Amino acid sequence: MTTADLRLPEKPTALRRGPSRLRRRENTAAWVLIAPFVVVFLLFLVVPIVYSGYLSLFREQLVGGNTFVGLENYTRALTDPSFLSGVARMAVFLVIQVPVMLGLSLVFALLLDAGVLYLQRFIRLGIFIPYAVPSVIAALMWGYLYGGDFGPFAQLAEKLGAPAPQFLSADWMLFSLMNIVSWEFIGYNMIILYAALRSVPRELFDAAAVDGAGTVRTAWSIKIPAIRPAILLTVIFSVIGSFQLFNEPSILRNIAPNVIGIDYTPNLYAYNLAFINRDSNYAAAIAFILGIVIMVVSYTVQLSAQRKERAAR
Amino acid sequence: MTTIPATVEPVVTGTPPETGQPRRAHSSDQPRRSKLLTVAMFVALLYFLLPLWWLVVASTKSNADLFTSFGLWFSGTNSLWANIQDVFTTQDGVYLLWLRNSLVYAVVSAVGAAFLATMAGYAFAKYRFRGGNLIFSGILGAVMIPMTALTIPTYLLFANAGLTNTPWAVILPSLVSPFGVYLMRVYAADAVDDTLIEAARVDGAGELRIFFTIGLRLLAPGMVTVLLFALVSTWNNYFLPLIMLNSPDLYPLTVGLAQWQALAAGGSGSRALFSTIITGAFISIIPLVLAFLYLQRYWQSGLASGAVKG
Repeated sequence: MTTADLRLPEKPTALRRGPSRLRRRENTAAWVLIAPFVVVFLLFLVVPIVYSGYLSLFREQLVGGNTFVGLENYTRALTDPSFLSGVARMAVFLVIQVPVMLGLSLVFALLLDAGVLYLQRFIRLGIFIPYAVPSVIAALMWGYLYGGDFGPFAQLAEKLGAPAPQFLSADWMLFSLMNIVSWEFIGYNMIILYAALRSVPRELFDAAAVDGAGTVRTAWSIKIPAIRPAILLTVIFSVIGSFQLFNEPSILRNIAPNVIGIDYTPNLYAYNLAFINRDSNYAAAIAFILGIVIMVVSYTVQLSAQRKERAAR
Repeated sequence: MTTIPATVEPVVTGTPPETGQPRRAHSSDQPRRSKLLTVAMFVALLYFLLPLWWLVVASTKSNADLFTSFGLWFSGTNSLWANIQDVFTTQDGVYLLWLRNSLVYAVVSAVGAAFLATMAGYAFAKYRFRGGNLIFSGILGAVMIPMTALTIPTYLLFANAGLTNTPWAVILPSLVSPFGVYLMRVYAADAVDDTLIEAARVDGAGELRIFFTIGLRLLAPGMVTVLLFALVSTWNNYFLPLIMLNSPDLYPLTVGLAQWQALAAGGSGSRALFSTIITGAFISIIPLVLAFLYLQRYWQSGLASGAVKG
């Protein structure tokens, strides 16, 4: 458990503690009801993780088969330039893309909540709709939009007599990917933040308005602090998503194989290790470290947010 | 849409009524609407909608027209019908199989995941039982686990069990929705009144009967929300089916279209595929876009309860 947002809801509203026969009956019923979920949870989540940890401690050799190598796969990963550069690239991605995306989501959500726009419903839906497009389709579509063959950017540039923008070149690729991910998720995050804003008691804003605070002032010093948990939730989900980036680069790899190598993102690398190199032991170690990196980063984000909150009080 | 914002209140519809809290309304002095901000917002909106507009326009063009006409406007000749025919006949109509597979995987997984999450969420909310909180914490912790990190070991396990390259390989892992359990627990805590349960007990109803006759009915709106999200995540899933499935006949749309795209990008002989891929992509996003438009109150309330109560 690493999120504050997902902390346990209050204890079950106490059903009166009756005689122990009722307690036993409740116990049985509870277990019967959670059993199906717990079974799939164990089989398809806990067991694979444990298995992955187990695998990561072995190495398959041509001679001698599977041998126990301890943490060797881990030390190998931590000195593997392919893996490290992938993680570093995702860190850059995260540091730039997440603030831009969430900043825009927040601005849009605040504008919608302030009620200063015409056609609000249409705007809200229009921004959200890209979320309904599968990331594979989004990447495929943007790939064609970026491209020099029949992409509108290249066509426009040609009309203006300018050189076509090289969205798929090595220099631009990371930003092109950031753009695709932002396009997909700005609306989704906006809806989360907007929903959170709608649930803040209006009296708070009215009081601020009486005190003469303007719309911007209210947004900054009342609304944003009021939805801090929702903001934190979007930050953490975005962090998890960034480090796991796979679909978009793997689709763009088809049209720019020289720019996106097999180790462009850690997940792409793990996939290639497991299915092209057939080195599932090492791939398991990579996946494990990636999971730990994600947990550490999301935990740090949370701790610093909590510290800030305490300092603000 | 020029009604006052207070009527645009989709967020509350699906969530259980907040007891004791008056329904929020905007104060009488509405902030003035701004034409300037609205225009600025529409410019921003272009960013989100123009790519989709391009997709619509491009799917009306023949392969040659794609290269010779400007991308954001029609070419003069409408090839949409020919493209659609191409989509459904290329490679012996494999696209139709992909569409069916996507539907089957998404519906079966989503119904299963929503049902399991609802039962578990209800139990966590309404029963105090030994180990309950511990198990719930474990489930919550799993929300953090990167799903892709799980997929490779799951593949290896499934390969041992002979489950890879079957529909089950995609459906079974998609049944686990820790976030769904969390949402349903939050939802059930408010939506199912304890006194109702007590009353049913007094009437001699068994616990399971109480769940199936009373609980399930009251939990239906929350369950639809979880179902919708599970539906989307399975429909959009790429990594899992990519790893698990070998035969094109079992692919969902995402994997199938990605393969066509790779084919078109790789060989010059497959150039004719561009218009087919684009039209196929366009057709593939229609079901979800429609679902989102029609089921607005469910996903909005779901996101609301997830973010607000959390």
